Amino acid sequence: MSILQIILIFIWSSIVGSGSVLDEFQTHRPLIACSVMGLILGDPAKGLVLGGTLELIALGWMNIGAAQSPDSALASTISTILVIVGGQSIGKGIAIALPVAAAGQVLTVFARTITVAFQHAALKAADNANFKAIEILHFSALFVQALRVSVPTTLVAVFVSPDMVKALLDALPKVVTGGLTVAGGFIVVVGYAMILNMMSVKYLMPFFYLGFVLGGYLKLSLLAFGVIGLIFAIIYVQLNPKFANITKTSAIESNQDGSLADDELED
Amino acid sequence: MENKKDTKLTKKDIFQTFIFENFQQASFNFETIHGLAFCVDMIPTIRRVYKTKEERIKALKRHLTFFNVTPAFCGPIVGITMALEKGRSDGEKIDEGTIQSLKVGLMGPLAGVGDPLMWGTLRPILAALGASLALQGSWFGPLIFFLAFNGVRLSLKWYGLQLGLNRGLALVKDISGNLLPKLTEGASVLGLFIMGVLVTKWTTINIPLVVSSTTTAGKTTTTTFQQILDQLCPGLPALGLTLLMMYFLKKKINPIILIFALFGLGIIGYGLGILK
Repeated sequence: MSILQIILIFIWSSIVGSGSVLDEFQTHRPLIACSVMGLILGDPAKGLVLGGTLELIALGWMNIGAAQSPDSALASTISTILVIVGGQSIGKGIAIALPVAAAGQVLTVFARTITVAFQHAALKAADNANFKAIEILHFSALFVQALRVSVPTTLVAVFVSPDMVKALLDALPKVVTGGLTVAGGFIVVVGYAMILNMMSVKYLMPFFYLGFVLGGYLKLSLLAFGVIGLIFAIIYVQLNPKFANITKTSAIESNQDGSLADDELED
Repeated sequence: MENKKDTKLTKKDIFQTFIFENFQQASFNFETIHGLAFCVDMIPTIRRVYKTKEERIKALKRHLTFFNVTPAFCGPIVGITMALEKGRSDGEKIDEGTIQSLKVGLMGPLAGVGDPLMWGTLRPILAALGASLALQGSWFGPLIFFLAFNGVRLSLKWYGLQLGLNRGLALVKDISGNLLPKLTEGASVLGLFIMGVLVTKWTTINIPLVVSSTTTAGKTTTTTFQQILDQLCPGLPALGLTLLMMYFLKKKINPIILIFALFGLGIIGYGLGILK
């Protein structure tokens, strides 16, 4: 493999890694990631077929809510190298892609943990109303995700040994990776708590508990919950005596000319 | 004091917001998900409508909070928030709580539409079409997938942003003394309700600790702590942790300490086999 190819692999896998967290341009989907990898490695036809095959397997890999899917980015880049440079069959490439996708998920957990630090650095920057710093922090967090894919991919490209990468990943203590994954499921409560403290009106908190209980028992889509919440909000406002008074006074004013002096003062 | 005209959002501000919106998940983090991203989305607006440092600091911090929605569907929320900030800077009585509540109230339902539509429908259809073409060796496969998906996504972002902004500005304009308290109160009800739903739906805590294990007629029935909790009410640990965090934050405990404590809890709990 030429130096140019290795550089191109590093650049493309960085784009793939960024794409996998952004989930905007879809460069992390096997269909695109494998095809371009195939171009770089000089066997576009094989890359294309691998991409198509892997894409069909990964159709259901999606990020829903705050949950994360198996990592199609690392799986695509590494399996393409193995098939084209390592001379493996497409079937073998798929077989290796699946455990790599799981390993990539572990690395994503690390990346999303590291970016918590970026969030807090941004809070510091906000103390000085430093717009530039906040923007830079936001966009530089993308490098964490880019390197997450490009470093292992380039290592595989240079040594063509997925076993080595897998061994490296396995060397991470299971307690730490498993623990971070577990914590990743609930660390967001700090975020919830912050926003709730900002929103919280004590006498309206029952609606929070109502949402919690209904959310736990009803298997409805979030849209349906949105509609329910909206209906509660409308009913609450309509029945609230605080607002009823306003409309009543205006009704009295319009109906009776000889209204009380109090009412006229309000005009 | 600067001229009041300067606080009008320009085309350039809106376009810059649109560009930023395409990097909605760049700083995806476990604590606030898109929190930092939303703040960046609001920077062009904050820079335009607020002229004093204190106001800018407050506005930035207001938007460095938890936010999460299907990326393609963030436009309407960003747009309406821009309009609310503009209204607030013009002296309308729109308080922080109303802005937060509307954000939360919109993000839940929009994610509810966006996730199944983008990830469950549009992408699988386009990807399956692209993949079948690719398997026949055609480069139209990846090309069609890339262009079609991004075409839909970009229009959703652009028109969503315009829609949110225009509707929001009309809303702020129409706010008479009578409507505003209603909006504030109604938004809080909706926002708190959705937040309650999200606490139980978007948090994952599993406690597979075996409490009892009974063997009857050769069948072993184990009861885990999680099952007992689920029988009481699903999602109780998530609610408990959220309330605990609210309490600690009110006691002015640094959120960084709370984050580390929770990561520690995850690792220790996983190590002891209490959490999974």
